Amino acid sequence: MPSQPIVSLKGVTKRFPGIVANDTVSIDFFPGEVHVLLGENGAGKSTLVSMLSGLQQPDDGEIHIDGARKAIQSPHHALSVGIGTVFQHSMLVPSLTLVDNVNLGGRWWQNPDRPAIAARMSETARSIGVDVTPMAVTSSLSLGEQQQAEIVRALMRGSRFLILDEATAMLTPKDAEKLGLLMRRLVSQGLAVIFITHKLNEAVAYGDRISVLRLGKKVGAIAPDQLKSLGPERVTQEIVRLMFGHSEDAAPSAPAEAMPQQNADLGGAVLEILALEVDDSAVPVSGVELKIRAGEIVGVAGIDGNGQKQLAEALAGQRPVRNGRIYLDGLPIEDMSVGDRRKRGLRYVTDDRLGEGTVGAFPVSINLLLKQIGDAPFWRSGLESPALIAANARRQVVEFDIRTPSIETPAGKLSGGNIQKLLLARELTGSARAVIFAKPTYGLDLQNIAASRRRIREAADSGKAVLVFSTELDELIELSNRIAVMSQGRIVGIVDNDQSARQRIGEMMSGVAK
Amino acid sequence: MTASVSSTAKSGEIPTTKRAEDRGEATKERLLTLLLSVGPLIAALLIASLILVLMGVDPLAYYGYIVKRGLLSPTGLQATLTGMGPMLLIAASLIVAFRAGIWNLGGDAQFLLGAVFVAASAPLLVQIMPVWAMLIISLAIGATIGAIWSIVPALLRAYQGVNEIITTMMMTFLGISFANVLVKLLFLDPATTVPQTRTLAVEDRLPRLFDTTVSSGVLIGLAAILIVHFIMARTSFGLKLRIVGANARAAIHAGLPVSALTVAVFAMSAGLSGLSGATAILGQYGNVRADWNPAYSLTIVPLVFLARFNGFATIAYVFFFSMLSIGSESAARRMGVPNYFTLVTMAVLLILLGITEMLDKRRRDRKGI
Repeated sequence: MPSQPIVSLKGVTKRFPGIVANDTVSIDFFPGEVHVLLGENGAGKSTLVSMLSGLQQPDDGEIHIDGARKAIQSPHHALSVGIGTVFQHSMLVPSLTLVDNVNLGGRWWQNPDRPAIAARMSETARSIGVDVTPMAVTSSLSLGEQQQAEIVRALMRGSRFLILDEATAMLTPKDAEKLGLLMRRLVSQGLAVIFITHKLNEAVAYGDRISVLRLGKKVGAIAPDQLKSLGPERVTQEIVRLMFGHSEDAAPSAPAEAMPQQNADLGGAVLEILALEVDDSAVPVSGVELKIRAGEIVGVAGIDGNGQKQLAEALAGQRPVRNGRIYLDGLPIEDMSVGDRRKRGLRYVTDDRLGEGTVGAFPVSINLLLKQIGDAPFWRSGLESPALIAANARRQVVEFDIRTPSIETPAGKLSGGNIQKLLLARELTGSARAVIFAKPTYGLDLQNIAASRRRIREAADSGKAVLVFSTELDELIELSNRIAVMSQGRIVGIVDNDQSARQRIGEMMSGVAK
Repeated sequence: MTASVSSTAKSGEIPTTKRAEDRGEATKERLLTLLLSVGPLIAALLIASLILVLMGVDPLAYYGYIVKRGLLSPTGLQATLTGMGPMLLIAASLIVAFRAGIWNLGGDAQFLLGAVFVAASAPLLVQIMPVWAMLIISLAIGATIGAIWSIVPALLRAYQGVNEIITTMMMTFLGISFANVLVKLLFLDPATTVPQTRTLAVEDRLPRLFDTTVSSGVLIGLAAILIVHFIMARTSFGLKLRIVGANARAAIHAGLPVSALTVAVFAMSAGLSGLSGATAILGQYGNVRADWNPAYSLTIVPLVFLARFNGFATIAYVFFFSMLSIGSESAARRMGVPNYFTLVTMAVLLILLGITEMLDKRRRDRKGI
């Protein structure tokens, strides 16, 4: 049993405008352990990680490495003391190949030995059971593939203290399991792993020790012996109690039995997609046929990067349609602009919340009206009405429980869950007829997942047609009336969400899997 | 922000002390802001003075003379204000473009071509119409010519995604040469031996303000920059432009017509540059000589950046720069310091402001503001 922690946080505090992100947090990280950090969005996990990886400095408190106090001054410094980080958002340079990304930070006067790096990369990738193409240009890969490459890169840099910041969020369940097993192998070799996840089952399955953060404070920890003796169910209850202060009814996903009423009182078709084709250099979409009725939730299952994004963008109007038709309430909309489709009631909740969903530098109040700029009553003959814009923001902040220091706070400063609430507020307000959700709970914590799913269900209950793209099958089974499976740009099948749905979807997904 | 940090740290204290401390912190913060804005200016003058000493010039006398001639003497102040007109229009042109994330660096050619066409047409127009009509038409001609010169970069950027920094600069090289060709071959004043356009009579130029020599061009400049500031800050059109500049993907997601907005930005920005050329001719110069190119646009670029695209701060910077230019013209004749030394002073100031900004950013990062 190792006695000395590799890294210790001693009373670390970090403040940001309006919030204390970390409040005198003390945690020890031991070699040979997977240490799981749990907490809601905004609980302070990401801040903690950015201090450990040298991106930010604590305002108070100390970080000890191998028992000695050390200030981690930069990401480079963190790497040199053996701390490697895989972040929630991709940190790869999109225009470079994976090999060149790995070589970043190498000696600038040396010509990189690309074949050797590629070989080493493939080998490392094989050892964690993922498949990377070292010579591929990063931007040509899906977000999921990029994150896999990032894990490989961190491992290649010889980290002895590996931080995985929601690294499994985008992996397929199978790959997440593989990563979990890899974490076990890594710690058996004496490394320390910090694993940040929202999925309690992963925490319990792969963790040796669990620390729970809540509103910036460490509110509890479960030591290895406790973890073993309690058993998975008791541990889960304990975690939920720590995270939310109560142990019941906080369970994130209702069991599959609680699935929606089957086609009981659905209205007429609201959104109809006929033989849709969309151009894309990576994953062209073709032959998509879907009909969504009022009050119906249709889920689209599939592994990330199989044309879901292209299809969603084409429906929303952000991407030209090559062929086929899209009807909204019986009217063809495939040639309409984004704005005209929105006016007719089509809404799109994007999964790229920071990249395209918001303008990070602009205040929350403007981001809430991003798709209505120039519209009355917020703008009158082109002139803004600050009072009405602020009133609208204050109302939506309350209604959708957006936690922000003020409505003037730049949207980019909010936590992931609150940015998602902002998008939900923007897209679900007004006269929506059909709503498209792209990975609506990706990267969110339990409470925000529950809140987002509740919003989706409410949207359908109020008679809207709802299309949900998700890589989490459980989510689709919980929400949908019917589930379509997408693979390589095509809908390969649609099933009613009944008892056998999970098995049939699994068959369809594996039938086309490489 | 320091205020809230300190109050959190000492949350045990009684509220009155805390409020007093907050006030103290706020005062400190204000003093610091003042120091950050004035400090670099003083330091820049000191460094430039050192260079002057090395050149064997008394810096006190030099800068004293500049202030005297550029600011304190009536003729100097009037020249400073007149000089501000075209510069303010250039600044307005740059603010529109930069805030929309479009780097229109072709302002020099847009200015020059606007000036050349106005210089060529105004003396002819005034023979067939009243002066006020000629002035209005000439301003329109300047703006139109400037905008036309940006069509190629605008379309390439809007529909092909070609980087406008490169294209606008290339159009500048072409435009400056083209302006020269026009002056030397087509618009040549047959009455003179040096190649230049016909000269617009002084009484036909933009009216002077009251009984000074200040051209009303400065009013056009002030109006332009205030209007641009207002459009960008308060209107939906300006907000759309800013969104395109801040996050083009979000603009597409929100359904903004990004290509059309891009073309509109080019038209406005280049139009204002052309208008600046018209104002320079109608208010100050009256004609264009061959090889004339004041290169205002690239000179004003850093000023606009320092003002963080804020209209009011830009006015202050432009005033300061215009004063330096006018003063140093006199100083050049009097003390033998080349006119270009203004640029040295400005360059040192820019570098120092950049460093100050970096230090201040670090300070704020450390404090988590």
